[in-house]
Amino acid sequence: MADRLRIRFVKLGKVRFTSHRDVARMWERAVRRSSLPVASSNGFNPRPLLAFGLALPTGAESLAEYLDVTLAPIDPSRAENLDDLGCLAVTLSDALPVGIDVVALSRLAGGADSLQQEVTLCSWDLEVRGVTASELAGRVERLLDAPSVSMQRERKGRIFDDDLRPAVRSLVVSHHHEGSSCGAPTWLRAELATRPRGVRPRELVEALGADVMQGRARRTQQWIEHGGERWEPLSVGPGLDAAMAAHAWERAS
Amino acid sequence: MRSLWPSVEPLLDGVSKPARYIGGEFGAAAPVHGPGQLAWLLVYPDTYEIGLPNQGLQILYELLNERTDSVAERAYAPWVDMEAAMRAAGVPLFSLENHLSAADFDVIAFNLSAELVYTNVLNLLDLAGLAVRTADRQPAQPLVLAGGHCAFNPEPLADFVDAFVLGDGEEVVGEITEVVGSWRSGGSEDRGEMLEALASVAGVYVPSLYRVSRADGALREVAPVSPAAPVRIEKRTVADLAAWPYPKRQLVPLTEVVHDRLNVEVFRGCTRGCRFCQAGMITRPVRERPELQVREMIQAGLARTGYDEVALTSLSTADFSSIEETVRAVMSGACGDQPVSVSLPSLRVDAFTVGTATEIARARRTGLTFAPEGGTWRMRRVINKLITEDDLYGAVDAAFANGWRRVKLYFLIGLPTERDEDVLGIVELARRCVEVGRRHQRSPTVVASVGGFVPKAQTPFQWSAQDTVAELARKIHLLKDACRGVRGLSLRWHDPEASVVEGLASRGDRRMGAVIERVWRAGGTFQEWSECFDLAKWEAALDAEGLSFDEVVHRLRSGDEVLPWDHLSAGLHRDFLWADWQDALAAVAVEDCRWTPCYDCGACTDAGLEHVVASNVAPAGGSQGTGQDLSRGDRVPVRFVGSAGAR
Repeated sequence: MADRLRIRFVKLGKVRFTSHRDVARMWERAVRRSSLPVASSNGFNPRPLLAFGLALPTGAESLAEYLDVTLAPIDPSRAENLDDLGCLAVTLSDALPVGIDVVALSRLAGGADSLQQEVTLCSWDLEVRGVTASELAGRVERLLDAPSVSMQRERKGRIFDDDLRPAVRSLVVSHHHEGSSCGAPTWLRAELATRPRGVRPRELVEALGADVMQGRARRTQQWIEHGGERWEPLSVGPGLDAAMAAHAWERAS
Repeated sequence: MRSLWPSVEPLLDGVSKPARYIGGEFGAAAPVHGPGQLAWLLVYPDTYEIGLPNQGLQILYELLNERTDSVAERAYAPWVDMEAAMRAAGVPLFSLENHLSAADFDVIAFNLSAELVYTNVLNLLDLAGLAVRTADRQPAQPLVLAGGHCAFNPEPLADFVDAFVLGDGEEVVGEITEVVGSWRSGGSEDRGEMLEALASVAGVYVPSLYRVSRADGALREVAPVSPAAPVRIEKRTVADLAAWPYPKRQLVPLTEVVHDRLNVEVFRGCTRGCRFCQAGMITRPVRERPELQVREMIQAGLARTGYDEVALTSLSTADFSSIEETVRAVMSGACGDQPVSVSLPSLRVDAFTVGTATEIARARRTGLTFAPEGGTWRMRRVINKLITEDDLYGAVDAAFANGWRRVKLYFLIGLPTERDEDVLGIVELARRCVEVGRRHQRSPTVVASVGGFVPKAQTPFQWSAQDTVAELARKIHLLKDACRGVRGLSLRWHDPEASVVEGLASRGDRRMGAVIERVWRAGGTFQEWSECFDLAKWEAALDAEGLSFDEVVHRLRSGDEVLPWDHLSAGLHRDFLWADWQDALAAVAVEDCRWTPCYDCGACTDAGLEHVVASNVAPAGGSQGTGQDLSRGDRVPVRFVGSAGAR
């Protein structure tokens, strides 16, 4: 089994308008620039072996994006590069665009599953406008009390009637200005399951009423769940989290 | 100056591909504006995906940001959804670096690479909050400049652009910065004073200082009305590419664009002498970059950008005299330790070139493209594209033998003296290429891609009539009929309606400005995009102005006619162009003058220049595709810059 690295990064500020595929290309180039010894796929058109987690919608920010990197067989002359993972995080962040920064990085245990398989739940902060905080709180309560919340979605040219409710694990009005008018933003904190069929932040906001407008969306955590416990694919200490995010925020704004 | 980002950001959630409007590319400058610094906004009047890779714009961007007396930012044409959102929200055209309003800049400079973008130029000026016509602008408003290949007949845009720049921009942008900067710092309100000063800069054309006179329905002359304006404007030419190793910091976009790879320009100019090719005519003489410098630029560029592909760019890269050494160096890892693929955007038609292309294609061998342009040997002599059938079949044989699955052939129809047999010759040639392919593969594919010829200013074909839409459609029909039932051959063609509109802008005179303005006012932007192109708008505008396709596009010009661009010079003698036109009509070809005696076109002699090559031996395979008999190792009558020439 080849050595793998798991990397956690943030996506903040202007760069949030790039797509998941754009971010994949940025990483391919950053990896080549940093001289990290990454293994390549076989075949006519070898690509570096980078495995990304769940796609982030274009326009959304994140404090918790992940990718797994398969390393090339260790070349003794380069082994030292990998001994200092903290240094590598800085090197990679420098090679990435403003707003994308590595916040944690670790060797991955041999048999770990892929990110797409492991992660089953994501936490989101969602900025909404259009209704007052108290009105919103009422709608949230009704949504959580409802046995099902149906939404029509198109897949492969056919319309399906899906139930969003099971995927909404929790939803609270997390932050609002007292006595705020309809124009001022309110924040929701949501935990949305990724399977069997996930729900996108925008769909959740739509389900709260046609007059609710989504502003910024920010993924704050991704979760692996097992036997009643949950943990992040790669956790960051609370201090580091806040410091790195603030740093990235400053660079990106 | 205030950043517009807070007003731009809310628009981006509702538009397609929002990453086009955020800037932040790797290599982008972070200009700090201040007094004593002339602020340039460099604009590519097409979408971000098309405009970002433009190397000309990137070179000037770097040079202007390196100077202490100027700063430069960039803008591209927002797509129709973004434009609608901007207009609804009152957001003007903005730059990508600091998201500043276009009107905050001292100079707005357009890159004109194609004629169909002209209505976008007007739209962008309007979106910037400027009057579209130069005569209606206020002294404090930005100066509007334009350069690029289309500037060699700028008359259709003469009413909207304050000054045009002819030829290479590397040196002249500095001179313009000094002239405009000192006028600005002098606090003068007199725009005319600054325009006169600009007109005295070599290579700069200020149309408002010239009077267009007509007599008996024909153009009589375009003559200066100010002593500051020269009678004839000569293009600028950078004598030695080695002195300009730019871009040094090629922009790496955050989102997908065309040509998303490292680009290294290996030479400028072309002496093949293809008579339809404006680029080849107006960029003479040939100036090759020293091989060592090419290698250094590849090495530094790959390490800096993280790209895994490099394109060696020029008008005919297989003609670069150090092509073998360069390709060998890249493939052997001398330019970096990671696998790299090399692409040659313009392939010469011969087996040697295919061998090189195969050697360097690390990616899958899907398709190779060749451009014989004409269907018969007679036609190819008329256009001076001297590819023999044996050259072509040799190239195609090598391609299919080396595992390439698809060969694409570019052709033009509507060429001067063309007969139906020349048109049908396209199918015959392509059909035989399929047969050649069957020697090696079970189901080889040959694609014949056919475009309608548009005569261009400053070429031997500038006097030629252009085919009508009906005639082009008839020829396409002939081709479709002849292709029917030929297995392995597929035919593609360009919209003949777009070709005739391109013809209007290519050879129109100053009266065409009113037509362009009408089309723009009728909502006709992005005319180079088939989903936006609308012939009816152009027909209506021509009618309203009392002009016609017949007069501007479909008419054969006589030798004594004054052409709208006769006061502008790409360095080519009118006598040379006329003689070459007469040779074309007689199907007489001329050889590549880089390796043979001079035809005195004027490009070298008048400007005190000469061809500059990186190697003093002709490249292998150099005889092929030209009809010339060059044996390898012959010394050639050109100036040689070896590696010692690298700076």
